[in-house]
Amino acid sequence: MQKFTVHTGVAAPLLRPNVNTDVLVRIERMIHVPRGQLGPHCFEAWRYRPDGSEDPEFVLNRPPYRKATILIAGDNFGCGSSREPAVWALSEMGYRCVIAPSFGDIFFNNCFQTGMLPIVLPASVVSELATEAECDLADASASKQFTIDLVNQVIVTSEGRRVSFKIDGAKRRALLEGLEEIQMTLTLAAEIAHFQENDAKRRPWIYRF
Amino acid sequence: MNSPKTLFSKIWDEHVIADLGDGLALLHVDRHLLHDLNAMKSLKELRERGYAVRNPELTAATPDHGLSTQPGRTDLSNPAHTDLLKGLRSETSASGIRLYDINQAGHGIVHVMAPELGLTQPGCLVVCGDSHTCTHGGIGALGFGLGRSEVIHVLATQTLYQKKPRQMRIRFEGVPSRGVTPKDLILHLIGTIGVAGGNGHAVEFAGSTIRAMPVEGRLTICNLAVELGAKIGMIAPDKTTFEYVAGRPLAPRGPEWDLAVDYWKTLSTDADAAFDREVEIDATNVAPQVTWGTSPQDVIAIDGRVPDPATVTDPDRRKAIAAALDYMGLTPQQPIAGTPIDWVFIGSCTNGRLTDLRAAASVAKDRKVAKDVRAWVVPGSQNVKTAAEAEGLDRIFVDAGFEWREPGCSMCLAANNETIPRGQRSVSTTNRNFEGRQGPGARTHLASPAMAAAAAIAGCITDIRELQI
Ligand code: SF4
Repeated sequence: MQKFTVHTGVAAPLLRPNVNTDVLVRIERMIHVPRGQLGPHCFEAWRYRPDGSEDPEFVLNRPPYRKATILIAGDNFGCGSSREPAVWALSEMGYRCVIAPSFGDIFFNNCFQTGMLPIVLPASVVSELATEAECDLADASASKQFTIDLVNQVIVTSEGRRVSFKIDGAKRRALLEGLEEIQMTLTLAAEIAHFQENDAKRRPWIYRF
Repeated sequence: MNSPKTLFSKIWDEHVIADLGDGLALLHVDRHLLHDLNAMKSLKELRERGYAVRNPELTAATPDHGLSTQPGRTDLSNPAHTDLLKGLRSETSASGIRLYDINQAGHGIVHVMAPELGLTQPGCLVVCGDSHTCTHGGIGALGFGLGRSEVIHVLATQTLYQKKPRQMRIRFEGVPSRGVTPKDLILHLIGTIGVAGGNGHAVEFAGSTIRAMPVEGRLTICNLAVELGAKIGMIAPDKTTFEYVAGRPLAPRGPEWDLAVDYWKTLSTDADAAFDREVEIDATNVAPQVTWGTSPQDVIAIDGRVPDPATVTDPDRRKAIAAALDYMGLTPQQPIAGTPIDWVFIGSCTNGRLTDLRAAASVAKDRKVAKDVRAWVVPGSQNVKTAAEAEGLDRIFVDAGFEWREPGCSMCLAANNETIPRGQRSVSTTNRNFEGRQGPGARTHLASPAMAAAAAIAGCITDIRELQI
């Protein structure tokens, strides 16, 4: 898995609430487009018009945000389907971090598997960050750079403001070190076997199949 | 004395292999379900990374999402799906995972066939690479959806890292009025607390309405837990549940049945157990529901009017409503009843079970689908289809002008060449009215099977109570 330690990049605001994973990647793209090529299909319904041309009005198509790597999002970001390619698509579009007041629970878990950092902050703080990330939409050089520091769990905005955040111990360690989770778990193989042995006495029907 | 516990905590604690601090636990997985969209790729990746399936006997697979549901279908009916189907077969057989294949008894939408076969049971921890795994909570299982990496982790280790969620109890009280089904109750709830209302929570549905509800209705209620933002929804198993599970092909038998039931009887929330949040819904006051927008929380009573963004003060919400109305082609303040429709879709893991089809058939009986409306009935599983045909439901539908199809997910997610054309309007018994969910530009109104059938007959969104008499 890709490590996440300290990242500096352009922040883009997209405060629309309840952005679901169907919007992040449509089902048929997830089936037919291989991992690694999903970037152009992220936010497809909003990024392109029905004729396939780019919609210049969509905020992430605006010049300052085309190279954004940090998304400042609305409530319940990534709700809906469990599809992990939603995270892949976002990551392949260039994003490394999403900041939102809340996330879809499954999407939140999926982020950690792809080295994407999901940060939960109070809605008022998120909207302040979004305001700071706003800029002249026509000017490609007007974008604002934020630094996301997972080591110290702090966001530093372009204006130098520091906002702390918190990621759970084990999840933070896995991101910092880019740990392979299965390897980690297999060191507990004896505990797993022991659990199943005892459990089969308590609940034999579970193993009768 | 142990401290009082919730249903959720009892099942959770039973499955903890290791406690990793910060509320994080390594949990044992009792049942892992695979489907056509994830089986081949996950099993391949597992192998390529040098691992094997740890407990194939606790794993089962069935194709559902990408299938053609055309009558008389073959592997080639949806050519875009043929490779996934073949891969599903070869990979599951190489790993010794049992497969419920197309046109076999037991085949179906994963969340319909598993409870139906007794594959998932009360108290078991069930996972699947699909967000509607919360459905299995309807029989008192602890079920939730996974992403691809977690699926591979379960295949390799039969375990999963999870953080213990907060807990919420939602009580439905009273007897619902005529024409109001479990689907209406859960849509009403989502409209009341919002699609993020359950975020970070495991939800227990309780109360007198739930206790009186048959298991199939409970499965519908739990199916939509994830549309509340809760990846887990569950209902304590009781006598109704045990009667439902008894005798199913994979249910415990003989002395183990008694042992299992004794254990299942302990799976209810203790009197003084605490929840982080409690909600109560007066079920007697709920009318049949229908959605107007592009999120399941965009829902109103059938005799209600579409909202007017101009009257909403929160700017984000105002924008969201305006965008939804624009997408849906609706005008602020218009009554939702009477809106002309082009399609009706009856099926899915929400409402594709036998009782759902019976409800729709009782509306369709001796009536005709309106001219210019196409109406599909897609049974949730092969067993549902067989049972429905044995009761003659297929005849009722066909005589009324509905199309009677093969089991699968079909137009619920439109990943199978079965889509609502751009700009057309459908009343669907599914769980998601997201933009483009039923096809790019498709307009979806979620409703109960009876309401969907009524819309097919009337040619417009219709109050079932006026049709039933
Ligand atoms: S019926 Fe719909 S919601 Fe259910 S599993 Fe299939 S696609 Fe998902």
